[in-house]
Amino acid sequence: MSRKLTTADYPLAEQRPELIRGPRGKPLDDVSLEAVLAGDVTLEDLRITPDALRLQAEVARDANRATLGANFERASELVDVPQDFIMKVYELLRPGRAKDKQPLLEAARTLRGTYGAERMAAFVEEAADVYERRGLFTHRF
Amino acid sequence: MGANRWGRFSDWDERPLRLDKFAVEDAENGFAAFSSPHDPKPGIRIADGRVVELDGVGEADFDMIDTFVARYHLDTTLAEQAMAIPSETIARMLVDMNVPRTELVQLAHGLTPAKLAEVVAQLNAMEIAFAYSKMRARRTPGNQGHVTNAKDDPLQLAADAAIAVALGFDEIETTMRVSRNAWANAMACAVGASVGRAGTLFQCASEEAEELKIGMAGFTSYAETVSVYGTEKAFVDGDDTPWSKAFLATAYASRGIKMRCTSGAGSELLMGFHEKKSMLYLEARCLCLQRAMGVQGTQNGGIDGAPVTATVPGGVREMMAENLVAVWLDLECASGNDARSTESEIRVGAKILPYLIGGSDLICSGFGSILKYDNSFNPSLLNGEELEDYLVLQRDFEADGGLTPIGEEKALDLRQRAVEAIAAVFEELDLSHPTREMMTSVVMASGSDDTDSYLPGEVARISDRIQEKGITVVDVIRALHARGFDEEARNLLWLVRLRVSGDYLQTSAMVRDGHILSAVNDPNDYGGPGTGYRLSAARREEIAHIRDVLDRETVLGQEEEFARHESLGIAFTRMGEAKVGTDPREVVVGVSPAFGVKLFRTMSGIPIAELLGAIVGGIESAGGVARIVRLKHTADTSFLGLSAARLSGSKVGIGIQTKGTAVIHHADRLPHNNLELFSNAPITTLEHYRGLGRNAALYAQGEMPEPVIVPNHGEAMGSRFHARVALIYAIETALTADGAAPEEISLEAARVPA
Repeated sequence: MSRKLTTADYPLAEQRPELIRGPRGKPLDDVSLEAVLAGDVTLEDLRITPDALRLQAEVARDANRATLGANFERASELVDVPQDFIMKVYELLRPGRAKDKQPLLEAARTLRGTYGAERMAAFVEEAADVYERRGLFTHRF
Repeated sequence: MGANRWGRFSDWDERPLRLDKFAVEDAENGFAAFSSPHDPKPGIRIADGRVVELDGVGEADFDMIDTFVARYHLDTTLAEQAMAIPSETIARMLVDMNVPRTELVQLAHGLTPAKLAEVVAQLNAMEIAFAYSKMRARRTPGNQGHVTNAKDDPLQLAADAAIAVALGFDEIETTMRVSRNAWANAMACAVGASVGRAGTLFQCASEEAEELKIGMAGFTSYAETVSVYGTEKAFVDGDDTPWSKAFLATAYASRGIKMRCTSGAGSELLMGFHEKKSMLYLEARCLCLQRAMGVQGTQNGGIDGAPVTATVPGGVREMMAENLVAVWLDLECASGNDARSTESEIRVGAKILPYLIGGSDLICSGFGSILKYDNSFNPSLLNGEELEDYLVLQRDFEADGGLTPIGEEKALDLRQRAVEAIAAVFEELDLSHPTREMMTSVVMASGSDDTDSYLPGEVARISDRIQEKGITVVDVIRALHARGFDEEARNLLWLVRLRVSGDYLQTSAMVRDGHILSAVNDPNDYGGPGTGYRLSAARREEIAHIRDVLDRETVLGQEEEFARHESLGIAFTRMGEAKVGTDPREVVVGVSPAFGVKLFRTMSGIPIAELLGAIVGGIESAGGVARIVRLKHTADTSFLGLSAARLSGSKVGIGIQTKGTAVIHHADRLPHNNLELFSNAPITTLEHYRGLGRNAALYAQGEMPEPVIVPNHGEAMGSRFHARVALIYAIETALTADGAAPEEISLEAARVPA
């Protein structure tokens, strides 16, 4: 799979089904009503995977949508980050939640260290810098 | 009365339009659509591959939006070159069908917000509409509908969702009156939307964290509540930053949920942080920001700010312009046309038309599929009440507005099925046990005023239980199947399964006929006539198929049915070729070829026996003598009248078509210069025909009576009757024969005319 995907590979579920696997390795064809009823398919199997997001990023870049591709690449890093932590970081990024850079830098460290989310970590660090420059670390009632 | 005022102004005061309030243009206070003296001049400076000046602001003074746009939107390798092109030149490229969309999209990667605004401001409304049609990302147009109700009643949500799906909405969106009801709303709409076909994307607009949770439980497939703003202060006041919103956008993608941002003119004005900038410039900032964030699309075009935007000069044109900026930036565009910006139905129709004929990824970003009072987002530009008007507009303009008419029986079946499906799920998951009466009331109801079903408080308990029990879409799929709703179970699973591949995360993705259609595999390739989106013959047929369309068989069948019944009661006696009369009191009544032969009533439903009775009675009441003649050489009213007059001893005659159009004529007058004419047959009564007979007799005696006037109230007679008239009149003309001689007849009515 060295060749980057192009718009010709899209929709992946139709054009390149062999590339698509659920989080537990199930091919799309195995995600059937019968499998759901048998308990072989759970909600876990109906999630997107980091791989799928990276492939969609390749398609997006081929369609001249670099920013969309970058978002998919960032998203691929968040797939396995627990919901609670995602919501915690989101909350921290809202105005006035962090009183200084530290909580954001701490979140970035966790993203990078625990989840290998390098792009997201850099993104949160960038926010910390900008917030400091724009005076967002002030208390809001 | 008695006021020193032209009465027309009082009439105008009563029109719904006057409920709309208009605001004076006032850039200092944010009321400016296209330009403000405080808008910056477009400009860019790049050093070391970095944007160091953006629209007149130096890097050190960048606010958060400037910073984000500078870092993520602008392509520094082409920005200086792109910015150097005169705005007028770029404006012309936008409306030049020979400049491909792809070239303009590439150019936009190097344009600043002020430049984008300056370019589109050069286009007039028609040019904006054309450019929008050329520049929108996906070729095939689509539409989005709201499904909500005033009680948050899940039974009604399911029924209305099924209807919305049948109508063809590609996305449906719900929200609640009571925020706790989010889970019940989501489950009900998800189940309802699985009735009939699979693939309608669904969202439940709620608090951000809650919405993401509902999405993760598998009930929803997209979100569009991620709002962005054009000033830093409005952003912070909205409790977010470009980074927090971008983070949320990424979080949605990581959960395999389609997402678009929301922005629109007027929001900064409403929030009080407009910085004296024009609405268009602020929105251009929002849109550059959205592209920078890497979201696939936007919901813009006023949105909640549409009503205030529409109060200023050019406000409606501005909403079109900001939609154009969105698609030029290659964003999917759910193009507003949702919050009802006017009480005037004319302004509604005018607002929607460019989008209907030009197409849009989602023409409305929410069309109210339900009644106005049931819309928990507030009434939409178009609602359940006006839905058929929209269907007819599609047919009128042969334009694909994304919707398809549905028949009455199918609608009832779908509602029944949807209500039974959600009731079965509630029972199976032990959430609630709706009664048969509740279900029936919902199936038949146009809106929640007519239902006897759940109230918001009861729904809250259901919603809480869904959440407490940790019920997911998989449980719902199993419950549907367990209760015999196999197709719905499969449809729902099909939709949830989309998120595994993420295909519907690409720009402008929707589902048609079981396949993802997006800007990737269905790119808008407009390059002039014959290119871009065109109605297929099959789609044209669907759009044309509105209800209650007249066809020849039905109309003629109705006339024949009446004829069978009526012809039994009257008898014509043919008395040979009509001669010119000599009695100076005579008034000849010339009837048309099909009169009493094939056709037996007027357009107002008067049987011809009564009609002739009234005319003859009128003639005799004024001392005249009536003689009836069938004219066979013409069916035209004027010539019927003139021919009758030429046969008449008094030189005065009456001509009448079966449909009731009648004329008094004089033998010495020009064909179309008659004495009196009843042209509006559908509103002409027996009393009028009696008066016509009387006046004809008086003209015969040399008098000049007061003409009979058939008063109208401005009815659009043609729209109401002309299709039927044309079909019926064809019967008259088919019976004419060139040179056929008039025939004298007498009429015997078995029944006494009224």
